[in-house]
Parts: sequence; C-alpha cells; structure tokens
Amino acid sequence: MLITCPYCGPRDVIEFTYQGDGNRERPQPASQDLDAWNAYVYDRLNPAGDHNEIWQHSGGCRAHLRVVRNTITHEILSTAFARGGHKSADNKAESRS
Amino acid sequence: MAEYSAFSLLKNALAGNKDWKPAWRKPDPKASYDVIVIGGGGHGLSTAYYLAKEHGITNVAVLEKGWLGSGNVGRNTTAVRSNYLLPQNTRFYEHSMKLWENLSHDLNYNVMFSQRGCLNLAHTPAQLDDYARRGNAMRHLGVDAELMSVDQIKRLVPALDVSGSARFPVLGGLMQPRAGTARHDAVAWGYARGADRRGVDIIENCEVTGFLRDGGRITGVSTTRGEIRAKKVALAVAGSTGHVMQLAGISHMPIESHVLQAFVSESLKPIVDTVLTFGMGHFYISQSDKGGLVYGGDLDGYNSYAQRGSLPIVDEVMSEMLALFPGLARVRMLRSWGGLCDMTMDGSPIVTTGPLPGMYLNCGWCYGGFKATPASGWCFAYTIAKDEPHEFNAPFTLDRFYRGLIIDDKGQGANPRLH
Repeated sequence: MLITCPYCGPRDVIEFTYQGDGNRERPQPASQDLDAWNAYVYDRLNPAGDHNEIWQHSGGCRAHLRVVRNTITHEILSTAFARGGHKSADNKAESRS
Repeated sequence: MAEYSAFSLLKNALAGNKDWKPAWRKPDPKASYDVIVIGGGGHGLSTAYYLAKEHGITNVAVLEKGWLGSGNVGRNTTAVRSNYLLPQNTRFYEHSMKLWENLSHDLNYNVMFSQRGCLNLAHTPAQLDDYARRGNAMRHLGVDAELMSVDQIKRLVPALDVSGSARFPVLGGLMQPRAGTARHDAVAWGYARGADRRGVDIIENCEVTGFLRDGGRITGVSTTRGEIRAKKVALAVAGSTGHVMQLAGISHMPIESHVLQAFVSESLKPIVDTVLTFGMGHFYISQSDKGGLVYGGDLDGYNSYAQRGSLPIVDEVMSEMLALFPGLARVRMLRSWGGLCDMTMDGSPIVTTGPLPGMYLNCGWCYGGFKATPASGWCFAYTIAKDEPHEFNAPFTLDRFYRGLIIDDKGQGANPRLH
C-alpha cells in the first residue's frame, strides 16, 4: 500500500503510523462533558467502505495526514494535511494494497 | 450409541461408507424462531449448541452469510491457552480450557485437542520478572504455570537459538503445560453437527441485510433469503461487528476491524512440539500434525475488512521467525491468508445483553477468539437464555469503557492496533 504524502510524494505504508478514525472530535481541554470525552477516547466509526482516517508520516516529514481509504479494497481516495487542508496530494498514482 | 465410534467406523467401512448421514442438514429458514444467532463461525455454532444442550432452547437458527466456518474459525493459528494476568480474563479463559479438555468427548467429534504446552520466551530480566508475576497470578486462580530456565527450554525446543549470540538472547520463559492446539475446522464441524442433531437450523448463504423492529425492539432480521422473525437476536459476527451494528443503526462502537495474517510452511519433520511465542516482537509458532509450521505475528495495523494483508507484515513475521530459528531460513512458505479481528479498546471481548432490546452481543475477540470458542458459546447461551450474564462473562460488558471498568491485560490503552 502506498500513501501519497503532500510533501514527500508516494511512499510505502511502513513509513507511516496509523492513528485511526479521523471523525473523532476532541473536547475542549476544560470540558467536563464525560459523554463527549468517552466518545472521543473509546468510540470509533468502523465502516466497511470509505473510511476517513489520520496517519502520520512518522518515517518521513512527520506531517499528520487526513486519508480517505476504502477498508474493503485498501484503495486510497484522497490525502491531505490533517490541519488546515491547504494542500492535497495528487492521488492519481495511487496505491495497490 | 455415539454416532462416531470404532464400531460405526467399521460397520460403515464394510458397507462401503454409503450410510453416513450429512453432519448437518441444509434447511430452508422458517418464518420465525425463538433465537436467531447471526454468524455461523465457531462462536455462533457453539452458542447454538449450548443453547440446545444446556438450556433446552432448540428452536434456533444460525445464519451464515457464506459457508459454515468460512470466517475466523478456519483462519486462526489454532492455539488454545489461558495464560492471562487479569482475573476476569483468567477465569473466563480457564473455563474455556476446561471445556476444551472434554470437548471431543462432549461433541463425539475429534477436535484433535493437543495439550502440548505454550511457552512465552523472555529476552530481558524485566520481562522474566513480568512473566513470573503473571505465572503467580495464574497459579493463584488455579491455572498451571511454570517458569522455565534456558537449559530446560533448550531441551524442550532444541532447534531454538538460545545462544548468547542470538539477536535477542533467551533468558527464560513462562510455560502453561495444559495449553496447546486444536483442529480448528473440526471445532466448527463438531459444534455444527451437535447443534443440528438437537434441532438447530444451520442456514448457510444467508446474509443479514437489516434488522426488523417493533418500536425500539429488535424482532428479527431481513436476509438475502427473506425476513425471519425471532424473540431474541444474537450477534456473533466477530470481524464484521462494526458493519452489522451499523445495519442496526448503531454507528459507533469501541471496536476497530483489523486484518491479521497467518502462515503455513511446507511440511517438515517434527521440530517444535509446543506453542512458542517470541517476547521481543509479536510472533507465535506451532507445528501441525501434518508437519507444517503454523505461525503469525502482528496485525497489519489499519482498519480493514479485506481478509488479506500486505507484504510489510509478511517480511516482519519471517524476520522474527529467523531471529528464533536461524535454521529455518530455507524453509518455504506454503500459504498465507488474513482474517478480520474485532479489536476492542482494551483488548478484551464483549459478551452481553443489548445494546438494543431483543439483541444480544458477542464480539471484540481481538486475537483471542479461537481459544475462547467453547466458553464464548457457553456464556453467550447462558446470557441469551437467562437475560443476564454468567459470572464468567459479567465483566465483559459494552459499557465498561464508559464506567472506568476496562480490562486491559497488556496495559496498552485505547489503541486497538496495539492489543
């Protein structure tokens, strides 16, 4: 599986660290909403299909990436910086798992 | 008289083997049942078996989307053990071990349970201390455990590199002598036949596509073979729990689905007669009765429903094998495959009533599903029949994550790929 990093281009999956479900919302640090904290820490969207997830290019530029990947085919549909989203990768040369 | 016996084998051999009954029928689904079990794998079949045997509930259907045992019960590396640290896990898996010890007799079906032991290798003094602690915890609860020295390990597994020049020298190990392996397909077939003979309908090629409701209550399922109603609907679809729960309208669970690969080598003369685990990575190996080495390692590490993995893990697993057994460098790998694991947030399973009225949930088996098969079905059947958990599965609730009652044997935190 290749992931196209917006900085570094297509790189092997072993350079990346998986950080899971990208839909989770971290409550404000001062929040005392236990349900919101529980949901953030423990609940995951776990679809069979397109999955919005966070990866870190830990063996490269160390950027955190937002990746949309199909969990049935392992095809990567889009890659962008997790924060800001100001640069997306060109995903044409995309991966085979 | 037992259906399989020396006498019945001889009689059928003389009669040309024409009189054997199929091990289970192929019934069409009825309009309704007392209990529907979704998932015709090891856990679903053992649940149906114990519902019939222990609780007299025989108006039961097991729905399987593919063929019987096509999921994880036929994809695991067959190890059976109960060498846990935390008492909740130890009690549950030791109950499973006791059921395993009598399973072939109970089912009248040879599951080839072989108590060849399971040895965890330690490679640092701290790890050996940790194993001593876990061994003591096990013995406190009546489970067998022995700390082994390097000399003892060398005698037990002569092929293992125990020299000081090994990449990760072996300093000792923790052995559970009653652990071992079982023939995984036979477990599925034995439970299927046992359930079928007691009146359970096993319905293959029947995929659940939705849930029927009456108000908030689950009253049945819609399937590729029509609607089926039931007083109780039980899920045992490990690997696909996230997907099936979404059909029931529950989008979020404390679970991620991951792919775990397994490998078999070409057949060799006997070389490892125990289940061996590597302590400096994640690797486990045993040898099947046919001679093939059966081994595996870590998850691929990202959400997947693909039942196949990718090459980096293959490379890692082979490297770990060679760190232990340099002499196996030229052995050829015969087959590899992947299975789907429900990875929970604490590495322990969920066996509970709910979360919806009329629903019962059995999932989250992480790596440990195969060895749990008998106790999982036994406890789940109890939970379905009595509408409350048995003491062995009472800790494995769905809401434990939100109540501070997690059961995290490895202390990894809410990071499923590390359990």
